[in-house]
Amino acid sequence: MSFPDLLKIPKIDKLGVQEIVNRFCKRSIKTSAKKHGLHLALSMIDLTTLEGKDTTDKVRRLCYKASHLHNSLQGLPNVAAVCVYPTLVRVAKKELEGTKINVASVATAFPSGQSTLDVKLSDTKFAVNEGADEVDMVISRGKFLAGEYNFVYDEIAAVKEACGKAHLKVILETGELDTLDNVRKASDIAIYAGADFIKTSTGKISPAATMPVTFVMLNAIKDYYKKTGIKIGMKPAGGISTAKIALQYLVMLNETLGYDWMNKDLFRFGASSLANDVLMQLQKQESGYYQSLDYFSKD
Amino acid sequence: MSKLNLSKTWNYAAATESTNHILLKEKYDLFINGEFVKSNSKKYFDTINPATDEVIAKISEANKKDIDLAVKSAKIAFRRWSKLKAKERGKYIFRIARMIQERAKEFAVIESMDGGKPIRESRDVDIPLAANHFFYYAGWADKLEYAFPNKTPKPLGVAGQIIPWNFPLLMAAWKIAPAIACGNTVVLKPAETTSLTALKLAEIIQESGLPKGVVNIVTGAGNTGAEIVNHPDIDKIAFTGSTNVGKLIQKSISGTKKKSTLELGGKGANIIFEDAAIDQAVEGIVNAIFFNQGHVCCAGSRLFVQESVANIVIEKLKDRMSSLIVGNPLDKNTDIGAINSKEQLATINKYIKIGQEEGGEIYQSKCSISKKGNWCPPTLFLNVSQSHTIVQEEIFGPVLAIQTFRTIDEVIEKANNTPFGLSAGVWTEKGSKIFKLTQELNAGVVWANTYNKFDPTSPFGGFKESGFGREGGLHGLKAYLKFE
Amino acid sequence: MERIDVLKTYKIFIGGKFPRTESGRYFHVKNDTGELLANMCLSSRKDFRNAVVAARKVQKSWESASALNKGQVLYRIAEMLEGRKSQFMDELMMSGSSKIAAKKEVEQSIDRLIYYAGWSDKFQQIFSSVNPVASSHFNFSVPQAMGVVSVIAPNKFSLLGLVSVVAPVIVGGNTCIVLSSEENPMVSISFAEVLNTSDVPHGVVNILTGKRKELISHFASHKDVNAIIYCGHNNKELNEIEKLSVENLKRVKIYKRKNWGDQKNQSPYFIERSQEIKTIWHPTEV
Repeated sequence: MSFPDLLKIPKIDKLGVQEIVNRFCKRSIKTSAKKHGLHLALSMIDLTTLEGKDTTDKVRRLCYKASHLHNSLQGLPNVAAVCVYPTLVRVAKKELEGTKINVASVATAFPSGQSTLDVKLSDTKFAVNEGADEVDMVISRGKFLAGEYNFVYDEIAAVKEACGKAHLKVILETGELDTLDNVRKASDIAIYAGADFIKTSTGKISPAATMPVTFVMLNAIKDYYKKTGIKIGMKPAGGISTAKIALQYLVMLNETLGYDWMNKDLFRFGASSLANDVLMQLQKQESGYYQSLDYFSKD
Repeated sequence: MSKLNLSKTWNYAAATESTNHILLKEKYDLFINGEFVKSNSKKYFDTINPATDEVIAKISEANKKDIDLAVKSAKIAFRRWSKLKAKERGKYIFRIARMIQERAKEFAVIESMDGGKPIRESRDVDIPLAANHFFYYAGWADKLEYAFPNKTPKPLGVAGQIIPWNFPLLMAAWKIAPAIACGNTVVLKPAETTSLTALKLAEIIQESGLPKGVVNIVTGAGNTGAEIVNHPDIDKIAFTGSTNVGKLIQKSISGTKKKSTLELGGKGANIIFEDAAIDQAVEGIVNAIFFNQGHVCCAGSRLFVQESVANIVIEKLKDRMSSLIVGNPLDKNTDIGAINSKEQLATINKYIKIGQEEGGEIYQSKCSISKKGNWCPPTLFLNVSQSHTIVQEEIFGPVLAIQTFRTIDEVIEKANNTPFGLSAGVWTEKGSKIFKLTQELNAGVVWANTYNKFDPTSPFGGFKESGFGREGGLHGLKAYLKFE
Repeated sequence: MERIDVLKTYKIFIGGKFPRTESGRYFHVKNDTGELLANMCLSSRKDFRNAVVAARKVQKSWESASALNKGQVLYRIAEMLEGRKSQFMDELMMSGSSKIAAKKEVEQSIDRLIYYAGWSDKFQQIFSSVNPVASSHFNFSVPQAMGVVSVIAPNKFSLLGLVSVVAPVIVGGNTCIVLSSEENPMVSISFAEVLNTSDVPHGVVNILTGKRKELISHFASHKDVNAIIYCGHNNKELNEIEKLSVENLKRVKIYKRKNWGDQKNQSPYFIERSQEIKTIWHPTEV
């Protein structure tokens, strides 16, 4: 691990990114390809609740949903993980015992990241000690925008160390980074500092995940892989609420990083309402009828 | 460098555009003086779907007598059309634009069936741009005196227009819209392999109530075109096609009073500097050479990559090529469709063979290709130089010749080292470099950090052997006016 | 004893030098009464070839000189011509002009040079456009010099005609090779002397004397010439030019005007005729 050469980070042409993203969005995914894509999407979901009002009960219900997506459909995969605040990790961990569903915890003074390194590290260690398999940290955007890239890098590296065996997802909060050039720079800093995943957003800032932002991050992952052979994961989060959008992301992933990335170990959707829309689409494919949300459990 | 696995493991299922809603006749006659009339030759030729080898329809072959009738009807129509109130002239053209929009999907499907281009392109590029072109020039009809200060513009008379097979409807729009907006009348001949959308346009023109004879559309091959060029009552020839045919036309009208504009071949240089936005530049390379199977006169068929980034650019280009989908033009996911005709496929294959014989290193992306129809996988040539045939001559197919360079002066010299001068591309994030290059490159269109963009308001046309005259924008009016 | 006049040797003008024709040939120029006025160089295709080399060599740097600079160079030509007004009047009168006509022609030539000097930094604004494309691009079109232009100058108005055709060509950044009036070539070589003592870079204007019949085919066929301007009415010549120009799709511009003194024969459209339009696209999203 070393600090990336900022001078060699490729520049981004926004219109060019928008054009290719439009092409991905125009792919028409039907029948068997659609079913395959929807199953993949389900298996990649980090079912998320990150509210101030979250309770033990709410997390329990979410975990039950995570392992019982929809009883009337056969052969459904589970979601990849449930994502909660550190104080609720223990609850989730207990509920998900015996499943292969991971527990992810946000940490490091989520969502603003405005705190000292000590607080961030103890936040992280707490979550890991409570049993978190994955840690979703936020970067210090203020420092990043002030050009203190070394600070951002060092902080990520320290959190990575504090994670121990837990996987680290680094949230760039791209909605606050202003330009795609910054998104690319932040991606490289996070990757070189030791991120296992890079993630777009906290979900608390608009815009959250977008296709252009995700595309730029995928290219950072691609360049790192080409250089080192190491595969970094990607997690767009927030705003991906329909099966249609999820499929567009998967098309982009398929044509940018290829099939090796098309599994939950390297790609996640951070979403709360996506699962039900995917389930509706699958049910429609099964039955031939358009569905109503009233037939899908909300937790 | 570690390799990505971009083989198509997640295969998008077929997503074929429906052909139920299109109306096609078995036989198409000539559109002369507002009516569809049988040719005097009594001959028909087949128009073939290049993706399936199936005959779509029969097309009438116009002979000398037919051309004479068409030109005469245009000449008679000119008397009234050129005197019609300009704003009324404009309203007819607006109407045509709207009717194309209404029937856009039908046109897109027919364009893809007849010409082999992906439905994504005919739907998103060809047809909307064609409609927009009519819409743009419609507005000019009653404003011409503002375009040329201190001049009094007058229409020329009868324009003979001969268009190619790569953008059939769009080229018809590029030709017809400014011509009739300026008060001329038209005899237009589409290319023999792609007559259908021009004939469908004739239907629209008929429905629009445009006065009879203002636009005549006649079909046939080179001989038919020659009859138009040589007809004594033609006042203007507008031709888009190969440089060779352009020169023949120009020779045969020399010494006559006929005016001409020619949009001919090209061998566009696409230049990637080390400080470019590399991933978008790679996409730009793909758009530059594989758009419309490379059947584009302004295609970026000569790639120049700065040496320091050559390896990564080529690696990424190969990655991108392996995710391109070659196949059924009517499938909404197809990126690269069928080669327009057997003849063109033979030409492309001839050049690929020459490229290899001359020592070029070939790379083609893997794609499963149907046995029927005309196909060519996206192709790169490495280890070639300015003296290789495939670097000098226009191939008009999905074949890219790649060279590297070190300095700005070197690449400018190489880029300009061609008899053509239609288009060029420049990729760098440094503004002053863009302006240096756009000033020095001898090309009628320079795309900086983009490629193969078109717009009705944007003049298009070449320097040197790429032809003369501009189409599009204010400058495109001049080709259809005189100022005495 | 009466003083013997010193007669002037008329040579040709290539790359800022006054060589004799490499062919060594000459032709007589006589006045109305048949009196010999001068032996003029009968330029050959090789002289033309050399002139094209000179014109090509300097074209890029002339084109990239600032518009202001080009305007000042043209103005300087006018200044120098003004200073030698009487010499030019004499030469025009020797070849048959009345004094009034000669004076008018020289003065109009000076004024025309100043007219085009003033256009040097303005015509671009007349012929450029910003094109409002529907996509997120900034798109504009600008004129650019065609390059090397060969010029068959008018036979009548041997000075004013030449100035009227050459000024708009060079003010637009082109360089040129001119075949002077065949009937009255002397004045064109004196004009070359004016050019050479102005600030015109060597090779921007090259002037040959000789026979249209011999040279037109080379002016039209040379593949390193981008455009040809023909002044005249001879359909045979025109036909030949149009046919040969096809070889490299040379742009052919024809002036059939008879009276170059007419004010209608000056306008920025004369400059536009030796300009190409170049269109440039760039994205506007950051």
